[in-house]
Amino acid sequence: MIKSIQELEEIRKKALEELEFRKQHGEGIRIVVGMATCGIAAGARPVMLKFVEEIQKRNLKNVTVVQTGCIGLCKYEPIVEVYEPNKEKVTYVKMTPEKVLKVVAEHLVNGKPVYEYTIGYEENKEANN
Amino acid sequence: MPLYRSHVLVCGGTGCTSGGSDRIYDAFLKEIEAQNLKDEVQVIRTGCFGLCAEGPIVIVYPEGAFYSKVADSDVKEIVEEHLLKGRIVKRLLYKESIEEGQIKSLNEVKFYKKQMRIALRNCGVINPENIEEYIAYDGYKALAKVLTEMTPEQVIDWVKRSGLRGRGGGGFPTGLKWEFAAKAPGDVKYVVCNADEGDPGAYMDRSILEGDPHSVIEAMAIAGYAIGSKQGYVYVRAEYPLAVKRLEVAIEQARQYGLLGKNILGTNFEFDIEIRLGAGAFVCGEETALMTSIEGHRGEPRPRPPFPAVKGLWGKPTLLNNVETYANIPVIILKGPEWFASIGTEKSKGTKVFALVGKVNNTGLIEVPMGTTVREIVEDIGGGIPGGKKFKAVQTGGPSGGCIPASLMDTPIDFDSLTALGTMMGSGGMIVMDEDTCMVDIAKFFLEFTVDESCGKCPPCRIGTRRMLEILQKITSGNGTEEDLEKLEELAYSIKDSALCGLGQTAPNPVLSTLRYFRDEYEAHVKEKRCPAGACKALLRIVIDKELCKGCGICAKNCPANAITGQIKKPFEIDQSKCIKCGVCIEKCPFKAISKKA
Ligand SMILES: Cc1cc2nc3c(=O)[nH]c(=O)nc-3n(C[C@H](O)[C@H](O)[C@H](O)COP(=O)(O)O)c2cc1C
Ligand code: SF4
Ligand code: SF4
Ligand code: SF4
Ligand code: FES
Ligand code: FES
Repeated sequence: MIKSIQELEEIRKKALEELEFRKQHGEGIRIVVGMATCGIAAGARPVMLKFVEEIQKRNLKNVTVVQTGCIGLCKYEPIVEVYEPNKEKVTYVKMTPEKVLKVVAEHLVNGKPVYEYTIGYEENKEANN
Repeated sequence: MPLYRSHVLVCGGTGCTSGGSDRIYDAFLKEIEAQNLKDEVQVIRTGCFGLCAEGPIVIVYPEGAFYSKVADSDVKEIVEEHLLKGRIVKRLLYKESIEEGQIKSLNEVKFYKKQMRIALRNCGVINPENIEEYIAYDGYKALAKVLTEMTPEQVIDWVKRSGLRGRGGGGFPTGLKWEFAAKAPGDVKYVVCNADEGDPGAYMDRSILEGDPHSVIEAMAIAGYAIGSKQGYVYVRAEYPLAVKRLEVAIEQARQYGLLGKNILGTNFEFDIEIRLGAGAFVCGEETALMTSIEGHRGEPRPRPPFPAVKGLWGKPTLLNNVETYANIPVIILKGPEWFASIGTEKSKGTKVFALVGKVNNTGLIEVPMGTTVREIVEDIGGGIPGGKKFKAVQTGGPSGGCIPASLMDTPIDFDSLTALGTMMGSGGMIVMDEDTCMVDIAKFFLEFTVDESCGKCPPCRIGTRRMLEILQKITSGNGTEEDLEKLEELAYSIKDSALCGLGQTAPNPVLSTLRYFRDEYEAHVKEKRCPAGACKALLRIVIDKELCKGCGICAKNCPANAITGQIKKPFEIDQSKCIKCGVCIEKCPFKAISKKA
């Protein structure tokens, strides 16, 4: 029973969060997980599911998780790209569910990309070896 | 509510369901279960998306991939490729929705571009069986607003100022009707929703009830508050089982949430709704017949006045509106009357929903601002006429309406311009016709409908329309005379003047309208025994071209009527008095020597 407008408004807000994401090409953050054959083999599914779980736990709005096919860098799989409006995309490589925790906390919540997980860092490391 | 990473929306509208979308929905559930995606992916059955011609339709979010003409056998691929691996199944995407490999947003697809969805705002967007999704999109907020911030007088004033006119056909100003019902003396009053929808080819109201039943429930409650009524009835035909079921589910949920019943939203306001099933007689859509039917009698019209607003159901003041009329109300309350009045034309405000059917590429359900032209609807939204044929006319208003010929294609559509053209807005059936349609035949089609549906209470309608139909039959079979044309017109005007209810009063319209714009076609039938569109079978001639005929005799062998004779290696001939116009010989002739001649 809804007994007041406030209660109606609460239901509205909660239900809207779930639907928000049916808006196409939402203005919010998009997390794109590479899910081609090699991505899945390298463990992309648990990574994607971890994102979904964390986003729900922290009640983050305006974040959608999308899958994509071959990104073209098999040896760095699982690969995750984070698109934020008006910012350069950040590509995370060799992702694991544990790494997801940190990306969600630092990048999505606090707005600071986790440099050690990005492709740039990985490539530098290889170049220096 | 659990968070899903992907939503699969399967169209559960009329068109897609007949195309097998139920099976597709089930197949998704099964396949998603099999792939262990149950906790990640949610499958939802929605109302009509509008593009029924491309159905069954499935949309997958968050990508917004618009899959068209989906078959059960495609489901496995969508689940494995798209949902599991994130690879969009390109071959199933609606062609227009992809551009340079990118998926365009739906609003940019040509079909939707010129549309504006107010009454259909939630159709294809929400799960109609989940009240929370309706609430998410501002559902019941308008009801909350009127109950706490507005007096009944203010509500009526807003509806008046919005300029909304009834969408059930006549176009009577809705606010004025609400005011009459509110001012009528009496403690007990009723709110009725007319969901009878008898026009052939129309399915707008059904789609709203199936895709967004709560918008009608909310609006009826608002109407109840405005006129001082506690009880509403939705009169819907029993042939719409899905609409009835969705409505039942929605009413039950609204009661559970305290949005129907006593003390709605913690106020003193009380309102509830019951469903009444109609047996599907066209005349039961007429308001007085409808009320008689709700009262449990045979649905026959009675003279007006008294109007329902004064003396309606069980003799009490009753407000009766159409489904689409109601669906507009919550938006008017939320966005204000000025907003609504800024859309449309001078005297027809807002939008109108049409069921676009017939000879047009994108048949489906559309909603356009009043004042949109026939050309925009047929060419831009409808995507033109299939097969490179020429556009001839659109028929609006169903059996009460008439047609708009190609020469008037730039007419802006609103209540008054349609009336001026001799047709009607009607409830929103829109039938597109191409050069192969015979206008006399169309008039005959609608008259056959009327004759079947006449309740028989008054002679002009019962006998007169039958006489008109007989004359039309005579004309299309090649036996009409010029005198018949005169008689036809005479009859038409006298029935219009003397029939008791709207059914009979408007029944001659399709004839008068086609006579007005396509008189030459009638005359060709009568004077030359010729059907210019080549549609009237009795007037067709099947002929053999002497130049092309090689005298093989194949046609003669195949003719079921033994109408073809000749000598081998000489041109064959058809005896017109024996030919039954079956067309078999045309198909069989290896030299394409036989053709139809109008
Ligand atoms: C023969 C006949 C059939 C009608 N059928 C319908 C119908 O199916 N649905 C409808 O809403 N109105 C129908 N009407 C119009 C109704 O009588 C009534 O005017 C309308 O429901 C009022 O609602 P509105 O003011 O919202 O348009 C019909 C009228 C006639 C004369
Ligand atoms: S006009 Fe036709 S439908 Fe209407 S009351 Fe007369 S007979 Fe019945
Ligand atoms: S149309 Fe049929 S009946 Fe007529 S000539 Fe051809 S095959 Fe015979
Ligand atoms: S089948 Fe064609 S070519 Fe042969 S006899 Fe008939 S019309 Fe002539
Ligand atoms: S398949 Fe993984 S990057 Fe190509
Ligand atoms: S019924 Fe599916 S799009 Fe209309």
